Amino acid sequence: MSASTIAGFVGSGLVGLGLYALIVNPEPLKKLLAFNLIGSGVFLVFGLVARRGAVGAFLFDPVPQAMVITGIVVAFAASALAVALMLRLADESGCIALDPEGGTRLDDGAEDT
Amino acid sequence: MTAAETTTQGGALLVLAILLPSAGILASFALGSRAAERIALGSAPIALVIALAVLAEVWRAGRPIVYTVAGLSPPLGIALRADGVSAVMLLASALIVPASGLYARAGFASPPGGGESRKAFTFWIMLQGISAALAIVFVSGDLFNLYVALELLTFAAVPLACVEGRAETFAAALRYLLFALFGSIFYLLGAALLYGAFGTLDIALLAERIRPIPAVTAAAALMTAGLLAKTALFPLHLWLPPAHANAPAPASAVLSGLVVKGSFFLTVRLWFYVLPGLPAIGFDAILGALGSAAVVFGSVLALRQPRLKLLVAYSTIAQIGYLFLIFPLGSGLHSWTADGWNGGVMQVLAHAFAKAAMFLAAGLLYESLGHDKIAKFSGAARAMPMTFLTLGLGGLSLMGLPPSGGFAAKWLLLRASIASGQWFWALVLIVGGLLAAGYMYRILAPALTSNAISLKAPPRRAGEAIALTLAVVAVALGFAPESFFQLLDIGRPALMTAGPP
Repeated sequence: MSASTIAGFVGSGLVGLGLYALIVNPEPLKKLLAFNLIGSGVFLVFGLVARRGAVGAFLFDPVPQAMVITGIVVAFAASALAVALMLRLADESGCIALDPEGGTRLDDGAEDT
Repeated sequence: MTAAETTTQGGALLVLAILLPSAGILASFALGSRAAERIALGSAPIALVIALAVLAEVWRAGRPIVYTVAGLSPPLGIALRADGVSAVMLLASALIVPASGLYARAGFASPPGGGESRKAFTFWIMLQGISAALAIVFVSGDLFNLYVALELLTFAAVPLACVEGRAETFAAALRYLLFALFGSIFYLLGAALLYGAFGTLDIALLAERIRPIPAVTAAAALMTAGLLAKTALFPLHLWLPPAHANAPAPASAVLSGLVVKGSFFLTVRLWFYVLPGLPAIGFDAILGALGSAAVVFGSVLALRQPRLKLLVAYSTIAQIGYLFLIFPLGSGLHSWTADGWNGGVMQVLAHAFAKAAMFLAAGLLYESLGHDKIAKFSGAARAMPMTFLTLGLGGLSLMGLPPSGGFAAKWLLLRASIASGQWFWALVLIVGGLLAAGYMYRILAPALTSNAISLKAPPRRAGEAIALTLAVVAVALGFAPESFFQLLDIGRPALMTAGPP
């Protein structure tokens, strides 16, 4: 089994693990970690695509590598936004839950200025 | 292999359409919330002129206009392309975003005396963010570029949903963000598979190179599932009602009217522009069936909502369902395809204007009554006739009664479904129209009684005028001339690939 095949299996395994974690965990933070797990799998697949696209003197196709960098930046920004939302949610309600019933029992809160 | 694409006349307009709101965001960050409001509203007429110029140029040229970034042709460079549908969507966005902005001036003003307001700062910057992201979605010609545009759209939409800063809005926004993130990561995985198989993500080049291999089926399934989560198609709609119903009215108008259309637009790009060469594997029937389920499910739930904004949000789920009938009715090379395509695009536009108008009207009702409980509306129409006229005209379009944009859309879809012998979709259209009439009756019937009602505050005249204008546009779309549909045909893939492959 070549290194590429192993990396492919690892990538799809990460995606599968992340998807499983997304479905079974109700906590937003675990869902966010699951998102990052899937992200790692996807970036690994991009790496493989870069390796397979090598032509001539290049060891790697640079285009997928550029895409991975963009993807990582986007995933990082998304995670930061999600964590910020969770912190604000915890500040306002005292708990972090996606359950709408968890939100309705709360008062309207003060206007944020 | 066709010759390398180069920038066409007017191609620079596409860059301007993206640069204008982006420059506005940067300037707003530097200058603060008061300037952000002025920049967001002041740049709106320029954006409108750019959208009109793109439309005029596409119409004049009779084919899509193209801009190759840095003069490099795909696959090395990235192309921006605008066809008839892009131009029309750009125009719709250039009308609805500033309308919501004007409406929002009362609620998102900076405090007098030179102070800063975080709420106002966030709102005006994110509103421009929506304009920028939508412009990229509508004109981008590269699937990876579109991925970034979709993420930008999400990052601008999520803060808008929770700009009020209440706990339930944060929960709703978090749910929205998580759905959107999983949607985009699966889209990205699909894009990786397509790049691995064909070495490009440029839409036009991919369409030439695509062959029916297993990787394409897997990529199509992953990307479509991701986009459906972002478009809130049943059964991936759970995030939409709390996010749209708890957001402030002008934000809901933009989120419901435009933002969900961004990912729908990309689904259309994927299936009609990238994958038309793929033999039918039943995907279009699946999308149509999910859309039909959304129509019935969303409408029935809308009938049961106690609050107006929730009702309007569930109605969005139903109306999104109709959009997906474009896949079974608008694909392939048949005599009815044009009707299906035109009907689908018309539904996008009619719903965008009608739903924006209804959310703004719901916001006015909330301001004047202090609540939006439908059970307590009795007599409200006498006190606020213009607001209820707006709701009624928007509802006219949602139901699909003539004359309105919604009627034109459903008429075209109905014609396509009968001409193609797919009578099942016709049934969905009729049942959906009846259910919409049911939930509109629930709003209007109590309001039109002659009971006296006391208002906390008289409705804002300016806000009423803006909402009514949007509703009138939704109705006026029903009178769209034949040349409007000729415009939609410019760059339509079924026509461009009409020859034998």
